[in-house]
Amino acid sequence: MTTASSADHPTRRDFLFVATGAVAAVGAAATVWPLVSQMNPDASTIAAGAPIEVDLTPIAEGQDIKVFWRGKPIYISHRTKKQIEEARKVPVSSLPDPQSDEQRVKSGHDQWLVVVGICTHLGCIPIAHEGAYDGFFCPCHGSVYDTSGRIRQGPAPANLAVPPYSFVSDTKIQIG
Amino acid sequence: MSGPSDFQPTNPALKWIERRLPIMGLMHSSFVAYPTPRNLNYWWTFGAILSMMLGVQILTGVILAMHYTPHADLAFKSVELIVRDVNYGWLLRNIHASGASMFFFAVYIHMFRGLYYGSYKEPREVLWILGVIIYLLMMATGFMGYVLPWGQMSFWGATVITNLFSAVPYFGESIVTLLWGGYAVGNPTLNRFFSLHYLLPFVIAGVVVLHIWALHVAGQNNPAGVEAKTEKDTVPFTPYATIKDMFGVSCFLLFFAWFIFYMPNYLGDADNYIPANPGVTPAHIVPEWYYLPFYAILRSIPNKLAGVVAMFGAIIILAFLPWLDSAKTRSSKYRPLAKQFFWMFVVVCIGLGYLGAQPPEGIYVIVGRILTVCYFAYFLILLPLLSRIEKPRPVPNSIADDVLAKTGGKAAPMVSTVIALMVAGGLLVGGAQNARAEDHGDKPPGQKWSFSGPFGKFDRGALQRGLKVYKEVCSSCHGLSYVAFRNLAEAGGPGYSVAQAQAFASDYKIKDGPNDQGEMFERPGRPADYFPSPFPNEQAARAANGGAAPPDLSLIAKARSYKRGFPMFLIDFFTQYQEQGPDYVAAVLQGYEDMPPAGFTLPEGSHYNKYFPGHAIKMPKPLNDGQVTYDDGSPATVAQYAKDVTTFLMWAAEPHMEARKALGMQVFVFLILLTVLLYFTKKKVWANAH
Ligand code: FES
Repeated sequence: MTTASSADHPTRRDFLFVATGAVAAVGAAATVWPLVSQMNPDASTIAAGAPIEVDLTPIAEGQDIKVFWRGKPIYISHRTKKQIEEARKVPVSSLPDPQSDEQRVKSGHDQWLVVVGICTHLGCIPIAHEGAYDGFFCPCHGSVYDTSGRIRQGPAPANLAVPPYSFVSDTKIQIG
Repeated sequence: MSGPSDFQPTNPALKWIERRLPIMGLMHSSFVAYPTPRNLNYWWTFGAILSMMLGVQILTGVILAMHYTPHADLAFKSVELIVRDVNYGWLLRNIHASGASMFFFAVYIHMFRGLYYGSYKEPREVLWILGVIIYLLMMATGFMGYVLPWGQMSFWGATVITNLFSAVPYFGESIVTLLWGGYAVGNPTLNRFFSLHYLLPFVIAGVVVLHIWALHVAGQNNPAGVEAKTEKDTVPFTPYATIKDMFGVSCFLLFFAWFIFYMPNYLGDADNYIPANPGVTPAHIVPEWYYLPFYAILRSIPNKLAGVVAMFGAIIILAFLPWLDSAKTRSSKYRPLAKQFFWMFVVVCIGLGYLGAQPPEGIYVIVGRILTVCYFAYFLILLPLLSRIEKPRPVPNSIADDVLAKTGGKAAPMVSTVIALMVAGGLLVGGAQNARAEDHGDKPPGQKWSFSGPFGKFDRGALQRGLKVYKEVCSSCHGLSYVAFRNLAEAGGPGYSVAQAQAFASDYKIKDGPNDQGEMFERPGRPADYFPSPFPNEQAARAANGGAAPPDLSLIAKARSYKRGFPMFLIDFFTQYQEQGPDYVAAVLQGYEDMPPAGFTLPEGSHYNKYFPGHAIKMPKPLNDGQVTYDDGSPATVAQYAKDVTTFLMWAAEPHMEARKALGMQVFVFLILLTVLLYFTKKKVWANAH
């Protein structure tokens, strides 16, 4: 008897089932959000990623230092005249990832190269002052970067990234 | 699992798989076509609820383990960081912590249901024993999980429970050392508990599969206690049982969410917000509520070994139930005597649970002994006796008959239930009055807090003033080490801007280093830094303060409490009263009296405080009228200072409280809607079955 009566109102019954299913689906989707969101960096990690200041005075010409920002190694090299020249004389169009040296340093501070020391191939740390171009050499799969941190040879697809930074004074930069 | 299925997928790809691995057929025969008795009541939905709870606990547990550090020095802090910093960390932790209680709550109902309807009787003995094994595993898992936050209760609970094994003759001490991995509970203990706490839920899941398998072989029991004989007696699992279970789960989630969002600390112990201290035992060691009946049994026996044996015996005895109760009639519905005694047994268990939470002295011990005897007598004397002498009422011929009879008329109110509940109530009231008679301390007066209740919000002005009081007064002795300057600019806090928080931080000197020369140096604070503590270590704090180290205040509003007693603690559940901590802190700040009452001898170097337990407090009166200048015109009185700084400390203890309550409201609206929809869907589906 009830079967017959519910068959009389198929639309109302279907509506109830669809509505229940839809609400349950929305609930399930909303539940997934916090479960995934928790994987993102937590508040203390984000706070610890605040900008850092680096004093450049101790870095002599031809030397470089490695500092850490947001868990990433940042190379700061004090380039020699020769290194700058090398970087500037190669035709930009011949590079795998065309970018001029001027685009990669701050004008007026051409001797300072600041790059993220993470190989753009698969994340190894290239060694400074090594390789055929007097820049960086990645020992993992043999990528070679020049004195501007640009990729010249090997499997890496892009130049070493330049982190956001600015000169606070002539001898001090802020990274981040 | 109930024999070969005739399920055949039509999709050729599925067909190909099905011929090689008949998994869809298995699922279909187990959860779709599987015949379930048509007269099951809602007590039967707890099986589904328990499956869900196991899933919830495993899921949230795996996630918490991603952020937790199982090390004695770091565990407590890592839990706090989860709650404060991880996205939705507070939610996940609340779910997991109150989830354990919900899991046990559901399993107790599930077990009592089995007991009442004789679900352990032939041919379901193995099914029942598997259930007892699951219960034992749950207890072990729950216990080890409670140790992981490494608070005072964690530590001392671990000490007391592991020491149970020292009762074993000859090998006791070596067993305990083996469990600890040291000469006392310590880091190795915490590490292995973490490992096992992660492992055991998967073992439980494995035994649950066996449990369900055994269930599907024997078939479900039902309220009538007669086996299903014909098609008329059963309905297919899907959609009938599925939709009913979903409705049950949804109702249960409402109950669960009440704890997650509004009463997260109701079932916990304030002492567990104090980091583990191997040198100081809390005044009352109380296990989680779900172990209390067994704890009461342990304590009522004055011999160590006998107490431990009785405690474990009280659980193990359940496994022998199928043979202790040999009555042919399954359901207590048709056993007039067994039914009455069942309810008395329920009362005995609740009574033991109540006693387990009381101090082991005076009347509590005597009542505890009586109830312990009742507990064992029920299994060892009563059930065997009843199965021989009791004359059961006739059972219905079939499930279908039972369903027809039920539509006829409702059974008379259960007189025995009423009597049993009255006995239980009287017992609780009696015990509580006794507790009150022993309590000489002054109860902190209840204050009105802007942050109490489901819509509670912090008063920004009070938070800012409280911060000022903390900075100018409290901070000279008390740390606030879990609060970072950046928190001051976060939503739900004192409402400062990022720039203001930064400026506030830069007033502080923070020790950093080592620098390139290997030296430590001081620099101005940054938003990411935490409030510096006034003393470099606990020893220094102790030495500078007459032997009593001033506690860190980050969690003080949650780490202090006072006994609410019966019936307040029941009323608190409905009124969402969670402010014992703030009430206590505000009261202590104002509870100083220059002259102790006559007859009270104040120890040297102490001060008299009306609300401090024992009244002799080492901290001198910290607040005086006019001590801190307020620029918003609020009265510069001790009462106002106390209220403001307590509000600030409550925020410090739970910076995401506003988010918790706001999300709770949304979840409740959603769950109520879902539950209503499921109810009508369930009605529609079941309309076809009648
Ligand atoms: S990671 Fe540097 S070359 Fe592959």
